[in-house]
Amino acid sequence: MAEATMNYDEAISKFDPVLGLEVHVELGTNTKMFCGCSTVFGAPPNTQVCPVCLGLPGALPTLNKIGVESAIRIGLALNCQIAEWCRFARKNYFYPDMPKNFQTSQYDEPIAFEGYLDVEIDTDEGRKTFRVPIERAHMEEDTGKNSHVGGATGRIHGADYSLVDYNRAGIPLIEIVTKPITGTGKYAPEVAKAYVAALRDILRGLGVSDVKMEQGSLRCDVNLSLRETPESKLGTRSETKNVNSLRSVERAVRYEVTRHAARLAGGESIVQETRHWHEDTGISTSGRPKSDAEDYRYFPEPDLLPIAPSREWVEELRASLPENPAVRRARLVADWGLSEIDMNTVINSGALDLIVEAVDAGVDPAAARKWWTGELSRIANDRGIELEELPVTPAHLKRLEELISAGSLNDKLARQALEGVIAGEGDIDEIVKARGLAVVSDDGPLLAAIDEALAADPAVAETIKSGKLAAAGSVVGAVMKATRGQADAARVRELLFEKLGVSE
Amino acid sequence: MSDLIRKDASELAGLVSSGEVSAVEVAQAHLDRIAAVDGAVHAFLHVDTKGALASAAAVDAKVKAGDKLSVLAGVPLGLKDILATNGLPTTCGSKVLDGWIPPYDATVVTKLREAGVVILGKTNMDEFAMGSSTEHSAFGPTHNPWDLERIPGGSGGGSSACVSSFEAPLAIGTDTGGSIRQPAAVTGSVGVKPTYGGVSRYGIVALASSLDQAGPCARNVLDTALLHSVIAGHDPMDSTSINAPVPDVIAAAKRADIKGMKVGIVKELGGEGYQAGVRSRFEESVALIESLGAEVVDVSCPSFPAALAAYYLILPSEASSNLAKFDGIRFGNRVGDDGTKSVEQVMSETRASGFGSEVIRRIILGTYALSAGYYDAYYGQAQKVRTLIKQDFDAAFAKVDVLISPTAPTTAFKIGEKLDDPLAMYLNDVATIPVNMAGLPGMSLPIGLAPEDNLPVGLQIIAPAMADDRLYNVGAAIERELLAKWGGPILGMAPELAGA
Repeated sequence: MAEATMNYDEAISKFDPVLGLEVHVELGTNTKMFCGCSTVFGAPPNTQVCPVCLGLPGALPTLNKIGVESAIRIGLALNCQIAEWCRFARKNYFYPDMPKNFQTSQYDEPIAFEGYLDVEIDTDEGRKTFRVPIERAHMEEDTGKNSHVGGATGRIHGADYSLVDYNRAGIPLIEIVTKPITGTGKYAPEVAKAYVAALRDILRGLGVSDVKMEQGSLRCDVNLSLRETPESKLGTRSETKNVNSLRSVERAVRYEVTRHAARLAGGESIVQETRHWHEDTGISTSGRPKSDAEDYRYFPEPDLLPIAPSREWVEELRASLPENPAVRRARLVADWGLSEIDMNTVINSGALDLIVEAVDAGVDPAAARKWWTGELSRIANDRGIELEELPVTPAHLKRLEELISAGSLNDKLARQALEGVIAGEGDIDEIVKARGLAVVSDDGPLLAAIDEALAADPAVAETIKSGKLAAAGSVVGAVMKATRGQADAARVRELLFEKLGVSE
Repeated sequence: MSDLIRKDASELAGLVSSGEVSAVEVAQAHLDRIAAVDGAVHAFLHVDTKGALASAAAVDAKVKAGDKLSVLAGVPLGLKDILATNGLPTTCGSKVLDGWIPPYDATVVTKLREAGVVILGKTNMDEFAMGSSTEHSAFGPTHNPWDLERIPGGSGGGSSACVSSFEAPLAIGTDTGGSIRQPAAVTGSVGVKPTYGGVSRYGIVALASSLDQAGPCARNVLDTALLHSVIAGHDPMDSTSINAPVPDVIAAAKRADIKGMKVGIVKELGGEGYQAGVRSRFEESVALIESLGAEVVDVSCPSFPAALAAYYLILPSEASSNLAKFDGIRFGNRVGDDGTKSVEQVMSETRASGFGSEVIRRIILGTYALSAGYYDAYYGQAQKVRTLIKQDFDAAFAKVDVLISPTAPTTAFKIGEKLDDPLAMYLNDVATIPVNMAGLPGMSLPIGLAPEDNLPVGLQIIAPAMADDRLYNVGAAIERELLAKWGGPILGMAPELAGA
């Protein structure tokens, strides 16, 4: 049931929003956090399990070092301090998707803490940077997944029975928690979305997660509270769970602002509770109240040793961090002379790294961008494969561009050469030779082909002579066809006009 | 009854490897003994006749083929029912696990199988190893072979009883606060709790993860050392397992020379509250140790009186979390699932009816101690006591090579005597608990019978971490003198069991 809301602008004029974001990232490690089971998504239920991740009596956890490394790299990329010594802790609660009825997590000793992330948004005064303070990033394990069969809602209440899939249980998670984000004013929804987007870009850049929100490898909980003025003390917050798209993050913040405002303005208090987000209707509904202050009875996990990452290791990891995506993007936009829109196209195509590689190898940025976002994206898309899976190297593109500038290949022939590369026919020069790909530069065969084309369509010469130069297209086309695309179209046009005695 | 059952493990291993006796004959002799006396003793919860004979036959095949054998190949053993055994029931003495068959072996079990040790079956225990008498087993108590009306110690009473009743020459126990040593003491057998991390915990159902340690039980020091050497060693599956060479316990058991050693008597572990016969046998041992050329000094460990209280906060806290998984959802007994109840109700009914009163008592204690607002006062404070206990030991071992005390304050008490008095029960472990709190190795060695009740008394020997070999050296030196004095093993003085 939808609750009362207040118009957003009115709400913002009366209250100051305070945001808090908790993001869970599933790491892309090959194996789970505490055992050797596979983490591949989509396997049949309960096929990627063992005594450890099923929590069978007697089983013990062992630590995935890559998981720890990823956590440290994430911490560093978020400008956090890295703990010199920290432990896992048990978070005790009973739930059927939790094999041990405790989650191995971190409590008061997170591996990374005290960081920040700068995000940029468009404001009425132009682009502006907000600094999102980060409280901590800690390691934990994912739970299994319940599905409730029967009943109307797909939730546990009213279901006929429930099934549990433990394939996901034990997959490494990093939970990244912000401090209260203040000072956003009316831009709270935009800041929330920009933060999650920036975080996603960083995680993708680090290569630690596939960050697919729709598959749940990046999950976001939105905390929101309102206060009367920025000087007032923090209000009671609501925690909206599983807001799993960037658009929904923005909408959920906006909705909660309007809902809280209506309640507060009506003299009601805010219930501290978790809420469910409904993507379809764009509203949240009440989940379970948090007022009973859930007691997880945390204590240090006795089955795992403390983690003490050496400073040398941390510095090594710091030195090998990729450039911050936002910084890199700004640099490339400037270097390549792109518009923000062009850059968005590049990023959305997933070709940024491939283009950068080509440019580093000496390919003109515009050309590299053209090939990767154009022809090569089309081919990858047709084949249902990732761009990275195409066997096209920066060297291929470099040679192709050299041949085009020299006039010995045109666009069409260049595409054929690339097809040859993808078909595994060798390097560009070998393919050009084997396939006989070369622009015909001798006028003799072109003139012969023009004569043939004119003979086949006697009326066209008169039409062109009468001034309808566009009609030349059909002749050029016929010549191109006759020469199997190897003619230089511009030269054919020149020769045709010369022959007919017209000038452009 | 075959005389094979009275032989030491080392002797049996020699007979089997030389081909003089087949491993199948040895296994059969012990299975016959179990059939004859275990109705009265109740050391076993599950006897695996078929599996035992099959693994014995496999050893015999190796003997025939001339393959190299381990030091204990073909020797039968009783396994505490807390170690996961692939294909064999593992109940932890609890109804909540009745019928559960693990799909995997504990690392200790894997090592035993690889060594050709013949697992006769699973031995009785206090439910989830909570107790000092084996009376808390959901499947009925085990009886002390010295007097069937008395307890065999606990929690590993099945393991100590099967060894002292000649049902098996060897057994595996686990020791969280004394569950190997106290049963050894009250049954006249030898038991060792190795250094924490010395033996893998993988596949051992956890009671208190930071205290639990599996170890060997046998009728003499050398056999205990042989079994220790088979089960010890680093295991990558257990993060708390120590990655270091296993101390050479076998060589130490053969050395048996304590001349020039410094032995400390822990002042706080003895005296008032200890039975007169326990004290007199202990004092005799001290004199014996001195006569062997060791120097004996008094050592004070002032934090030890707080150990029991701290232990009963740490253990229940960890146990309350470790035992949360027993909810009937994924394995074991499920109670109340009639299709009308919520999952929370089914979990709750499963736990309420599956756990016995002592388990429930400790889960409630631990849940309380970990609760928000109480954590610092209870669990946090107990951890501080633990640190103090470690410091006491560190200070003591700066002065002496090993420490000694009586293993338990009394000899075996009567079944039912302390069942309604948990505190009296807990006090049985007053001398063994500090050793677990500090992760140190400890041994219980039989040193005679208390004159007032003719029941066995144990001497506890404690060594620094990873110096387990010292236990065996000291134990073997004392044992050699006592065997000479008694004219044979102490178990020769135990009454014959009916049916044998």
